[in-house]
Amino acid sequence: MSKPSGIVRATLLKDLRLEWRSKDAINSMLFFSLLVVVVFSFSFDPSAEESRQIAGGLIWVAFLFAAVVALNQTWAREIRNQVLDAYRVSPAPANSLFIAKALGNFIFVLVLEALMTPLFIMFYRLRALGPAWQLLVVGALGTWALVVNGTFFAAMSLRTRSREIMLPLLLFPISIPAILAMVQATTAILSGEQARFWIVLLATYDLVFTTGCLLLFETVLNAE
Amino acid sequence: MKRLFPILGVLTAILLCYGLYQALVVAPTEQTMGDVQRIFYYHVPSAWTAFILFFINFVASILYLVKRRSAQDMVALTTAEVGVVFLTVNLVTGPIWARPVWGIWWTWDWRLTSTLVMWLIYVSYLFLRRFSSGGQTPTLAAALAVLGALCVPFVYFSIWFFRTQHPQPVIGGGGSIDPRMWHALLINWLAFSCFAFMVCWSRYRLEKLQREVDEAHAMQSLLAPRGGVR
Repeated sequence: MSKPSGIVRATLLKDLRLEWRSKDAINSMLFFSLLVVVVFSFSFDPSAEESRQIAGGLIWVAFLFAAVVALNQTWAREIRNQVLDAYRVSPAPANSLFIAKALGNFIFVLVLEALMTPLFIMFYRLRALGPAWQLLVVGALGTWALVVNGTFFAAMSLRTRSREIMLPLLLFPISIPAILAMVQATTAILSGEQARFWIVLLATYDLVFTTGCLLLFETVLNAE
Repeated sequence: MKRLFPILGVLTAILLCYGLYQALVVAPTEQTMGDVQRIFYYHVPSAWTAFILFFINFVASILYLVKRRSAQDMVALTTAEVGVVFLTVNLVTGPIWARPVWGIWWTWDWRLTSTLVMWLIYVSYLFLRRFSSGGQTPTLAAALAVLGALCVPFVYFSIWFFRTQHPQPVIGGGGSIDPRMWHALLINWLAFSCFAFMVCWSRYRLEKLQREVDEAHAMQSLLAPRGGVR
């Protein structure tokens, strides 16, 4: 029997390889967030000085919607050929699967953010007045908050009718504090204000919900 | 048990009538807001009752995850449903009061916003219960209830900080409350809690009967030969 970390690595590498060959998730996420950027540009003047105040919210809304696209596909391929059922009867710990899936989604969304951020900066003429390196911290913590809950609720909505609709219905209400913290931190950094409180809040949120998801995932996976 | 239900019903009705009398007649008219303020005796007790019900939902969900009794799941279901109804009452009476007093229906004040977010969380819980089928519903719902309850402090704390940075109109503004107002408020809270308890109880019985019927149906279709003449 292999170690839990070995199972995490094997599952993660499998998902990354599948994604590398098909590029399904990343392509649809990229195009989707591009659409969001363009659609939003009609609702306010993107070149105005106040766009700095809105940009934080805009960026995260685009990433949130795009992340849902990827999260919905997370478990879909494990349903085909009963892979998930095979996993459930195997002695491998459920949390290894969860961590691998969450890490995979984390990497996908980070790649998306790395590709989309330059575009945002260009389109909305953004320039951080505060310390820009903090944006990296906010980005990592915020993405993890979305992805850890998203992976969990995707596994949950897998068991429901109309699962694609169910994921945002479950994910968005619970993510509201995290979204608020990410948006406020980003806006604060962009407009040169203090973002420390929001970063600490986001880190606490990550910690609490990662623990919660790890404690509950096995129950959800094996729910009959 | 069955005889207790009508007694409790009569008691709740008396309490509700007494509460209405207290709120409309006995409690003094508020100086600046006038009679509109009397909605407060329904607005606040409904929120408090909803919070209690959500707390019971949280405890029942944890107990269900540990012990797996179907009664605990039914308690979680009924308290969430009734709690959402009471919180809806709170969210509806708020704007009715706010319009004449503040001049606006809604403001993104931290109290209003966080109550709305809490309402959203529990509505999503009910959605999950509705959309999932079969024996896995209780487990999934219990897991969501635990995460949702974990989220509530974050909601209150983050929105409180967010909104105190940008001051908004605040309720009341300190000052002392007439003891008769307190009295009317507490009586109404008691009446609302009894009422909520009654609704939960009948909903619980309904759910129990429903499950028994479902089980009987399942049993029957298992026992009856397919296409057999009966």
